[in-house]
Amino acid sequence: MTYVRDVGALARKDLLLELRARDTLPAMLLFVAAVFVIFHFALPGTPSRLETTGFLWVAILFTALLGLGRAFVPEREQRMMDGLVLAPCDRSAIWLAKSLATLAFLVAAEVVALPLYALFFHAVGGAMVAAVLLADLGICGVGTFLGAMAVVTRARDLLLPLLFLPLAMPIVVGAVGASIVAAPGRYLVFLALYDLLFAVVCWATFEYVVAE
Amino acid sequence: MSSPSSPATATIPAVGRTARIPLPVLAASSLVLVTTALVLVFYVAPNDQTLGFAQRIFYFHVSIAFAAYACFVGGAWKALRHLWKRDPRADLESYVCVHQGLIFGAMVLLTGSIWAKISWGRWWVWSEDELVLFLVLYLFYCAYFMLRFSVDPGAQRANLSAVYALFGVVLIPVSFAAIRLAKEFLHPRVFTLHGPNFGGWILVTYCVSQAAMFVLAYTLYRLELGSKRLDSRLRDLREVLA
Amino acid sequence: MLTARRLGKRYGEKRVLRGLDLTLPRGDFLVVTGPNGSGKTTLLRICAGLAQPTEGTIERSAARAQVGYLGHEPLVYRELTALENLELYGRLYRVPERRERIGMLLERFGLWEVRHGRVASYSRGMTQRLALCRVLLHEPELLVLDEPYSALDEAGSELLDAQLAELRGERTFLVSTHDPARVEPLASGRLALAT
Repeated sequence: MTYVRDVGALARKDLLLELRARDTLPAMLLFVAAVFVIFHFALPGTPSRLETTGFLWVAILFTALLGLGRAFVPEREQRMMDGLVLAPCDRSAIWLAKSLATLAFLVAAEVVALPLYALFFHAVGGAMVAAVLLADLGICGVGTFLGAMAVVTRARDLLLPLLFLPLAMPIVVGAVGASIVAAPGRYLVFLALYDLLFAVVCWATFEYVVAE
Repeated sequence: MSSPSSPATATIPAVGRTARIPLPVLAASSLVLVTTALVLVFYVAPNDQTLGFAQRIFYFHVSIAFAAYACFVGGAWKALRHLWKRDPRADLESYVCVHQGLIFGAMVLLTGSIWAKISWGRWWVWSEDELVLFLVLYLFYCAYFMLRFSVDPGAQRANLSAVYALFGVVLIPVSFAAIRLAKEFLHPRVFTLHGPNFGGWILVTYCVSQAAMFVLAYTLYRLELGSKRLDSRLRDLREVLA
Repeated sequence: MLTARRLGKRYGEKRVLRGLDLTLPRGDFLVVTGPNGSGKTTLLRICAGLAQPTEGTIERSAARAQVGYLGHEPLVYRELTALENLELYGRLYRVPERRERIGMLLERFGLWEVRHGRVASYSRGMTQRLALCRVLLHEPELLVLDEPYSALDEAGSELLDAQLAELRGERTFLVSTHDPARVEPLASGRLALAT
């Protein structure tokens, strides 16, 4: 029970920080819209539903990366990680809280991005929305974890996409598959399994990322 | 009360363990096995019906692939030992495993590319699951190196590398499942490649090639590990003398 | 409370601590001095549990919840208010009667009036005083303070003097400072580090 409260306290802090800064969410929204426009010009002619689904997922992935790169910046710049690590809470709570906060922002960005996609390209079905939600869990869980790793390195923002993209490949497969095929069940289950598996790995190993 | 810092007394860690196969023996075994494999592959194994002589690269491609998998799994195992058991030697061992895996992985991509040219006339095909999987893994483990070289040596670098190596080994089956899901066709496994005709010399040749690659990988691993350990001891010595 | 044997710490090539022995009984007040680069901060970080030694052992009978650490960084979020920062730490450390305790500390350190202001708007002295509130919030048994006076103005320093005098004897202290004379009356032990 205290674990849940710790996560709540930390997530509240993360949401507060982001709301105060007021830069990540607007940036993500603008980025998504701009990327859609670029896609339109990058693929001339009338793209099929298959192709535009691909656009959407590339857009979501890179928009997420934009947000994820910023996730642990306050902790890095002010050495706040020391403060959190000193606390008696389970270290994995730090990861979970940050993931949930990032998830909130990613979903908020998608609330705009999906209608925009429907407007520019093709309609969005129920399976696609389910895929988006499930994929978001994986993206935020793994992405936040890797963000914490990247932030302590010299390369920082350079490193996060490199660490993240190979791990994101299965998410893209599951998400695109679920968005296109007639029977998306298999792909959705795959996404859910990915989320579960990597959530367990992240939860079990975050301790080693932040504490010596 | 407390005492001020005492003068340094040198404790250089003890040399390697006993009960390990000596390196010259390994090197000799590698040489013998690889030579045997080469002979078998080029002279003894029967010609493939459809692809002819050039198909023989497949023996190397597959055995190198499994050797690479073994390296990545070995790297993850050592990573686990580092994190869980705090084994002080495990970080370096994990790194060398992953390094070897990356080298062998590059060879998989190379031999795979050659095989693709032979089979389909193009230097790359997306239809081959294993090739695509290795591409993803190659990118993943290259990022491992970027990560490792972006952090100063120490406990933190060891921890981050170990955690990432664990992610890698979890990624292998997940990626493979993803690729399969994406393509939805059955990847031709070696042992069923030639159907009921598979057996005899083909099996022998494959097994020898595989054994050769495993032993070669282990030899190279020991070689690199030894040289890295030597560097480390030299550093310790230099510091004590300073 | 704290026992360190042959403690050593190396960051890659650089060795910061070597062969250090330390015993800190409960209730003691140990003052650590030494020039810059002698490893004071590293030693204190290891004692607080933020770093692990590369050689030797350290035993600490206080759990994480009973340790209070003040480092060179105040460890507060600049974009949050004093109140929000202390609320967060109060929750994480499961401080009983959180609101009252936060109010009491803010008042004692003269920050009650500015409690709703973001830390980014504070002066350095005010931020350091907030950091002291943070350290004392959960009433730790072991207080590890790394140059606590360095960022304080005179008023803040006097507040800290008073606080230390009040807790002296009840808690265990490990304090590093460039101005040993200030804490001399309270000290029960001294440790001088050399480079």
